[in-house]
Amino acid sequence: MHPSDPLKNILYVDLTEKEFWVEEKPELFQNYLGGTGVAIKLLLEECPQGCDPLSKDNPIILAVGPLTGLYPFASKTVAMFKSPHTGNLGESHCGGRNAIALRMAGYGAVVIKGASETPIYLAIHGDKVYFRDASALWGMQNSFTVGRIIRENEPNAGFRSIMRIGGAGEKLVSYACVTSETYRHFGRLGLGAVFGSKKLKAIVISGRRSLPIKDKREYCRLYDEIYHKAIESEVMKKYHDLGTAENIMPLNKLGALPTRNLLYSQLEDAEGISGETLASQYLGRRLACSHCPIGCIHIAALREPYEDEAYFYKTTMISYDYELIYSLGSMLGVSNAHDLLRLIDKVETYAMDAMSAGVTLAWATEAQRQGLISERETNGLKLEWGEAEEYIKAIDLIIKQPNEFYQALARGVEYASTKYGGGEYALSFGGNEMPGYHTGPAAHIGFLIGARHSHLDNAGYSIDQKTLIEKQLSPEELVEKLIEEESWRQILSSLVVCFFARGVYQPRVVEETLRVTGFNIDDPKKLGREILEEKYRFKTREGFNLRNLSIPKRILETSSAIGEIDGEYIRRSIEYAEETLIGVKG
Amino acid sequence: MRLAVVDTDRCIGCQSCMFACTRRQGETGFAHSRINVRSKGGMERGFIVVVCRACRDPPCSKVCPTDALKPRDGGGVIFDSDRCIGCRNCQNACPIGAVFWNEEINKPMICIHCGYCINYCPHGVLTMEET
Repeated sequence: MHPSDPLKNILYVDLTEKEFWVEEKPELFQNYLGGTGVAIKLLLEECPQGCDPLSKDNPIILAVGPLTGLYPFASKTVAMFKSPHTGNLGESHCGGRNAIALRMAGYGAVVIKGASETPIYLAIHGDKVYFRDASALWGMQNSFTVGRIIRENEPNAGFRSIMRIGGAGEKLVSYACVTSETYRHFGRLGLGAVFGSKKLKAIVISGRRSLPIKDKREYCRLYDEIYHKAIESEVMKKYHDLGTAENIMPLNKLGALPTRNLLYSQLEDAEGISGETLASQYLGRRLACSHCPIGCIHIAALREPYEDEAYFYKTTMISYDYELIYSLGSMLGVSNAHDLLRLIDKVETYAMDAMSAGVTLAWATEAQRQGLISERETNGLKLEWGEAEEYIKAIDLIIKQPNEFYQALARGVEYASTKYGGGEYALSFGGNEMPGYHTGPAAHIGFLIGARHSHLDNAGYSIDQKTLIEKQLSPEELVEKLIEEESWRQILSSLVVCFFARGVYQPRVVEETLRVTGFNIDDPKKLGREILEEKYRFKTREGFNLRNLSIPKRILETSSAIGEIDGEYIRRSIEYAEETLIGVKG
Repeated sequence: MRLAVVDTDRCIGCQSCMFACTRRQGETGFAHSRINVRSKGGMERGFIVVVCRACRDPPCSKVCPTDALKPRDGGGVIFDSDRCIGCRNCQNACPIGAVFWNEEINKPMICIHCGYCINYCPHGVLTMEET
């Protein structure tokens, strides 16, 4: 690391005492790069064993990496915390402008401890930190409005990020997210509720410093290589053209698009919510994260009439992605783009994880159809596939929580199904709701053994589509592949490189960027594995046990893209993962 | 030749031009960027690109008490750092906010229309044009 690189600075903020200080930890970054690697070390240090995720003891760690501000696509901020949703490791990655803002403010990481008694928001402008009164913002359910107000109150437009919560975070919905730059999120595992528990409504961070470069010629050469490889690549073009929504039709054709709580793996009229339909009828704008020339963020313009007055319309700009289309579309049997966009907007307004919200509502729909719950629980709602209006009202009630049923829904599908039954079709993986890939066993084993229980942990869905569709792998071979990919991704997420650019950041390029930025890492793959094991160390410390994972029965009942999935194969894979990752013999 | 902002509606807000500007100056980051991309008041409304537009009769030059900013052939200004006393008259005179400030040396930073940034604008927002 360049000796004058401010990456080594960690900003500590104590919300209880309203104090802040900076500590220099160059070795921590030298050894673990940044992002995930640094954040897990800080979490192990700062998070007391067994702490309640919604207590003041739970820290929030935000970390960026050495390439942030130097090379394109290193634009994610990694958040780590103890998850109120799973009661275990919470890790979430967010794009937008926060990574660049944090780096330009002069830090490699921020550690937020304690809790405020009264609502506040944090304003971090370079080396100045302000604890602003947020009493007037508390109770404001709409995350868009919160962003707009802070935008007008704070300086440094173009050099800042505004991360905030909406109603879901305040009401401690365990899958509340934190929204940044209106359309990007720390989406999964409930960081929003951790903010809410600390009475922290938002963080605005800005900075505009310069960063040192050792070998300018070499730096520019490598920059150009990365930049051009990306803008000329087909994969990146795909993300720019239709965005992740492009996957709806291919996955539907394969029979991998979870539909109606995964009773099916194909939606008969998927075209209604396809990337092509959304682009041709609604796409209004495309956006990028800071320092990403691709711009995969797709924003739909939804024009709706007011019913009380003729010729009176409003136009709402709504971000869509594959995961939201799956969870609030196919999963709920919604195949009309207009309805889908209204649902997405509702979830975005309250700032909650769309995947968890959609999967929870899908379970509730099936539970109501089966008579496990009635209109007494649902407050008179009749949840039915495709009925967007009822789902919109249900989302309002998850925030209002008028009864025990909605309090349960606010804690996700695992909790709700434990209370009301229907566990066999509760699509929870390690406590986290299922992402949108019913491609085959590798996807599901990937969700189960991945440290975040996310499809992005190890891309099992890709192994299904590229390998298992042609040939069998033994459980051992499959798990080795998954762990190898997840280990490598620890390096990318420690460098906070967007996973969409993983094709550009191949091992050789990564090694060159590290060399140019002055890092001596002998074997990045080995370091990736070590970071993954550190995450598992935290998980095990907090009571996670691969052996106790339950496999949702539903995934074995509904045929996937590569046919029926064998439960025994999954079980053997998990046992092997345990042996490999934690050293427990099966 | 001058750097021209052709169509801000094509801008996706990636800020690659800002990084190009400082890379051209041998560093990275934002401290010395002479171009700024910011939202029009929320990402949903798109972006504004703030950069010197190479005025024929530049107001920044007219208010400079020390002749540190001389009109450049083809528009814009040439900055003579030695003459500058850091009074900020130029910054106050520019109605589009394109006079950026170098806080370390207390002097203005204005685009020199080198055109390096357009190589890093993949969506056709920026171009070089004859004046």
